Amino acid sequence: MAGDGGPPQGQQSSRQATRRAAAAQGAREAFGVPAIVLGASFLGFGALVREAGLSPWHGLLSTALGWALPGQVAMVELYAAGASLVAILAAVALTNARLLPMTVSLMPLLRAPGVGRAAYYLAAHFVAVTGWAAAMRQAPLLPAPARLPYFLGFVLVIWASSLAATAGGYYLAGAVPAEVTLGLVFLNPIYFMLVFAADARRRARLLALVLGALAGPLLYLVATDWSLLLTGLLAGSLAFFGDRWWRRRRAGPEAPEGGRRG
Amino acid sequence: MAEPLALWPLLVVLGGAAVTYAWRALGVLLSDRIEAESAAFEWVACVAYALLAGLIARMIVLPLGPLAETALSHRIAAAVISLAIFFLTRHNLLLGIGAGVGALTLLTLGWG
Repeated sequence: MAGDGGPPQGQQSSRQATRRAAAAQGAREAFGVPAIVLGASFLGFGALVREAGLSPWHGLLSTALGWALPGQVAMVELYAAGASLVAILAAVALTNARLLPMTVSLMPLLRAPGVGRAAYYLAAHFVAVTGWAAAMRQAPLLPAPARLPYFLGFVLVIWASSLAATAGGYYLAGAVPAEVTLGLVFLNPIYFMLVFAADARRRARLLALVLGALAGPLLYLVATDWSLLLTGLLAGSLAFFGDRWWRRRRAGPEAPEGGRRG
Repeated sequence: MAEPLALWPLLVVLGGAAVTYAWRALGVLLSDRIEAESAAFEWVACVAYALLAGLIARMIVLPLGPLAETALSHRIAAAVISLAIFFLTRHNLLLGIGAGVGALTLLTLGWG
């Protein structure tokens, strides 16, 4: 990594301009389909909060501080069912385990010289599928100092839309016709599916997506609770090593035309 | 309806947020020694992509909530239509999503 010791004055202000422009770019990209889709999903969460007999403040607090929808849904459903605190927290932890590999794989991309550790612990709070997928795609195309601002600009917009939608869903609960609810619930998986389908430019990751999509439902039937972690580890490792094996074979003595891609 | 911020649900909400953030903080900690573009980085990225693909596939194939009442064939047809429109329109997200959601709604209303 290129370390630089204290840039001169002019460079510093231009670097600040770079950061500001990157944050604005992230915010602009989030302000549209991502904010709408995530908002639609959190409308459903707001409605769920009301059905569970909680106050809108509980929903807002959960969205502000938790901000990982599947875990929030599990929490509210178990709370409404009268589960114990330990059972609820265990379920939330298990549901949100995906955040670990997501954070580990995003943070190295966001690193830039001269940025303190605290900034990354703050940024980590905003790791969730939508912003993660955007940053995994965009960050490698940006200069290192622009990456963290881009991510923060993006996630702050969708975080705000999630909060607004949590409140909106609470007050709209029951007022939305069933067909519309159906569409709102389907928005989320369809959106993620398209985002990832467009994103697969590296063979290893494309392979991971395809194998994961096949293994996810199958393993769920076999090992419900641990299926997602198993899917990630098994399908992800298979994709990673499969790609390496393939590469080595093609790089062999009689490497066929084309060579390796990406 | 609950009084605003009653203690027990507040504890549940804050506890849920804490265990969620724990994964994220642990992620930052573990990422410390991983360089972007290293083999370890690529492996973790593969695990994350596979896990998320599994989650999304499960949400379509074996959903919970109101989607569970729609037919599996309708959901898969809608997903395929959505992908087709998305790639035919050169990655237009809005049209892709609209086609998928529209297809599922029409299929469910028509054959429900």
